[in-house]
Amino acid sequence: MPAMNQAEPLTPQPRPIFEAHGLTKDYQMGEVLVKALRGVDLELYPGEFVVLLGPSGSGKSTLLNILGGLDTPTTGSVRYRDHDLSVYDDAALTHYRREHVGFVFQFYNLIPSLTARENVALVTEISDNPMTPEEALKLVGLGERMDHFPTQMSGGEQQRVAIARAVAKRPQVLLCDEPTGALDAQTGVLVLDVIARVNQELGTTTAVITHNEVIAGMADRIVHLRDGLVARVERNASKIAASALRW
Amino acid sequence: MKALDKKLWRDLWHMRGQALAIALVVMCGVGTYIMFLSTLGALRATQASYYREYRFAEAFVSLKRAPESLRQRLQDITGIDRVETRVVAPIRLEMPDFPEPVTALMVSLPDDGQQALNALYLREGRLPAPGRGDEVVVSTPFAQAHKLKPGDRFTATLNGRRQPLTLVGTALSPEFVQQLRPGAAFPDYKRYGVMWMGRQALGRAYDLEGAFNDAAFSLLRGADAQSAIDRIDDLLKPYGGLGAYARKDQRSHRFLSEEFQQLGTLASLFPGMFMGIAAFLLNVVISRQVAMQREQIATLKAFGYSNGDVIFHYLKLVAMIAVLGIAGGTALGLWLGKLLSALYMEFYHFPYLIFALHPATFAEAAAATLLAAVAGTLFAVWRAAALRPAQAMRPEPPARYRESVVEQLGLKRWLSQPTRMIIRHLQRRALKSLLTLLGIALACGIILTGLFQRDTVGYMLHVQYGMSQREDISVTFTDPASRRALFDLQGLPGVEHVEVFRAVPVRLRNGQNSYRTAVRGVESGGEIQRLLDADLRTVALPQDGILLTDHLGRILNVKPGDTLEVEVLEGSRPVRETTVVGLVKEYMGVSGYMELAALNRLMREGPVISGAYLSVDSAYLNELFQRFKEMPRVAGVAERVQEIRNFNRVMDETMLFFTYVASIFAAIIAFGVIYNSARIALTERSRELASLRVLGFTRGEISYILLGELGILTILAIPLGLWMGNWMCYYIAHSMQNDLFRVPVILVPATYAFAATVVLVSAIFSGMVVRRRLDRLDLIAVLKTAE
Ligand SMILES: Nc1ncnc2c1ncn2[C@@H]1O[C@H](COP(=O)(O)OP(=O)(O)OP(=O)(O)O)[C@@H](O)[C@H]1O
Ligand SMILES: [Mg+2]
Repeated sequence: MPAMNQAEPLTPQPRPIFEAHGLTKDYQMGEVLVKALRGVDLELYPGEFVVLLGPSGSGKSTLLNILGGLDTPTTGSVRYRDHDLSVYDDAALTHYRREHVGFVFQFYNLIPSLTARENVALVTEISDNPMTPEEALKLVGLGERMDHFPTQMSGGEQQRVAIARAVAKRPQVLLCDEPTGALDAQTGVLVLDVIARVNQELGTTTAVITHNEVIAGMADRIVHLRDGLVARVERNASKIAASALRW
Repeated sequence: MKALDKKLWRDLWHMRGQALAIALVVMCGVGTYIMFLSTLGALRATQASYYREYRFAEAFVSLKRAPESLRQRLQDITGIDRVETRVVAPIRLEMPDFPEPVTALMVSLPDDGQQALNALYLREGRLPAPGRGDEVVVSTPFAQAHKLKPGDRFTATLNGRRQPLTLVGTALSPEFVQQLRPGAAFPDYKRYGVMWMGRQALGRAYDLEGAFNDAAFSLLRGADAQSAIDRIDDLLKPYGGLGAYARKDQRSHRFLSEEFQQLGTLASLFPGMFMGIAAFLLNVVISRQVAMQREQIATLKAFGYSNGDVIFHYLKLVAMIAVLGIAGGTALGLWLGKLLSALYMEFYHFPYLIFALHPATFAEAAAATLLAAVAGTLFAVWRAAALRPAQAMRPEPPARYRESVVEQLGLKRWLSQPTRMIIRHLQRRALKSLLTLLGIALACGIILTGLFQRDTVGYMLHVQYGMSQREDISVTFTDPASRRALFDLQGLPGVEHVEVFRAVPVRLRNGQNSYRTAVRGVESGGEIQRLLDADLRTVALPQDGILLTDHLGRILNVKPGDTLEVEVLEGSRPVRETTVVGLVKEYMGVSGYMELAALNRLMREGPVISGAYLSVDSAYLNELFQRFKEMPRVAGVAERVQEIRNFNRVMDETMLFFTYVASIFAAIIAFGVIYNSARIALTERSRELASLRVLGFTRGEISYILLGELGILTILAIPLGLWMGNWMCYYIAHSMQNDLFRVPVILVPATYAFAATVVLVSAIFSGMVVRRRLDRLDLIAVLKTAE
């Protein structure tokens, strides 16, 4: 069911940056077929801040991974601007990710043998118009810890390095899978604040997965997933600043 | 430097222990390859150059006596380039420093000093002055064995007359690279040598003035050797020609080429095996290393690094390790190759050595190594990169463990929880466990290939000299003698038992196949000289017909019952026929055997003998030697202990050195493999083990889980490795058969024990390193880094 029609006001919209239609994703686990997505329709707009909410196993990560070109749908189509991601092969998806997408993962996925600065440089070295790693790290408030290795940093610090790494190339899209999942409230707020700033200052379209309903207050829109379907989409009349969030 | 390259260096530094162990394995593979092939190349190049520069002849003939005028007719034969006629005679020497009988071959030098063929390489002193019949040049190794210098004097018996000789120089000759007394299998420079004197003087001593009894030839390029040889034979028949032969049948050359061929076989088998095994291990180790980085690969891909980038990154890592190994191996191989070549040069008394590493040899070694490394990397990276990053980034799905077979067999309640974990883990990763097992087993196996030859040599000696040729002394006469000589020998002091023999030089022929050797007539039922069958049982001598060494049977392609043509190469050179009645097992040499009387009948001669085997009381040896010196008809005396000593020396100086080096390398490879397996297991499972520690398991318990696995694999690998090693030895032995030796595969328990010990010690050492690391396992750090 096209949930958006109810929530969207009738004012004219800019062209969506993402358009997903009838997305399904099946995983074969031995004898069982897991239907992670069962027909998702979704549009994301340039510069938007979207929060994905939903119970565990509802398909949030699967959806985000498909949007980010980390995975391909079983059926359905997904477009990013003029790119039809659903027909892209591995090389084209790689190119797409390199050009347009920044990721933040729940478990940071920093390269353990590289320092904070080098982890960021890893990405800036292969992009066209990046910030310097130093700029990116300052943006997340880690100007002082640039030469530390991941094991020498706390979880929050590692996550902020991961954000710096994701935004350093000035991506069009920032996709964050439970960026605060492993963090305490205070650190979580810090991280979210960085994400919000990037969204505002760079105009990066941002999608954040979370289990924390409070975070939804920051978003322009909130997409609720349930059993592999979009259950409903809400629009926030007024956004709350990350620093005002409490949980 | 790019961040990705920094990662490369840091990863390399982080795994330096393992990287070094892998490089070591590669180094040994490449080192063996280069050592063997460069040595062989040096020997072959040196031999070829020596032959060319010193004009080694291409055909040879001995005869009774021909006038020098025949020289021109020999020269006119189609295909003949140069002819050198000469006088050659076996002589006896009395060396002041040495009581035992010494014999030598005296070869004439042209009086003008210009040798057309087989030129001498003068090491010391000068050539005999024209007209000085008492001056001789002595082969360098003989001079060295007796510590002779120019100016030294000794006495020789030439044609029955004692005569003092003065040494004026020492020299080497391409014709006598190997100086072997007729009938001996190994050089013995104390008891046999070659020397040269002026043609006139030697001719005078043997009533061969203006005549010759030996000639050497070189051939025109592209000439048909066989037809030239046939023409020489036709021409010399009236002059007692003993059958001309080509270079390939020349004794020194054949000995040399057999040895080089044997080396060549070793040089193709060993390095091939080593390289193959090293490459396999490299492949296994590398692919496991890379597989461990699957999440990092996924992360790189998530941020837009392409498959190509990722593959290139890991290829660089692996290439660095491989290049380290290749560089080290090349340096090591060259160093050892030089060392070995120098040893061989001394052993063969080559005048000089040409040592160079053939670029192709290096390229082969490098290519094989890199190929294996690259294949292993590609395979692993490909598998990691083929996953969608979304999937690769998920921690590997919890493994589907099952109750192991052992548990299902109802042994469950006897096994502790950690033991069950070990067994289940082994079973679940069956392929990986199998590869580790195979790696350790192969490493264990190649240790045997290096060692078995030592055992084998011991066994061959035992069979040849302990069971078959059991005389203390063998005596050969200058000419075939009447059987009455037996009584003279029996009367000598200290002689306990005498058995006589007749030896006839022949060419045996069966259709296309022919072989120059000797037929030995021995007394049936003898105690000293016994022929053995494949099971080492004494073979009874048939009343008629010939027994052949099994290897000779194969060369001639005959089986019992076949008829064999016997071309006698002495006297009037009759051609006879006889029947092959059986084959005998001999590890050294190739001969035919007949019952003494049967051989006399075949030769249509009376009861004639060529020599005798004696068992003697060793207390009388010196007295005996003295008496032999006074018997002009005794051409040579050989002592069995000396033969054994010579055999051992030759073995030690040649083949065994090679194989020692090989076994050391094999041991290093074994260590490298085991150490790596242990370290990789540690890295792969440190998270799991850290979690167990957090749950309250002790250090001992988690060590047991990890090391128990390594222990089980090692214990299983050893018997498998010994079994595989056995087969590798059979393969080597089979490939090394030649006229000089057939090597049986003998592995004594101590050798098995040694190989097993190397593996066990490697395992224990690796286990200790791993244990130390486990003790220091930083729980927090391990759990904090999300793989
Ligand atoms: N690679 C995979 N193989 C098999 N099943 C998968 C795979 N990835 C996801 N699934 C399954 O698909 C369903 C949706 O998974 P997904 O990770 O999208 O959920 P999620 O909403 O992100 O949950 P969570 O909040 O727990 O992260 C789940 O049932 C999950 O088990
Ligand atoms: Mg998820």
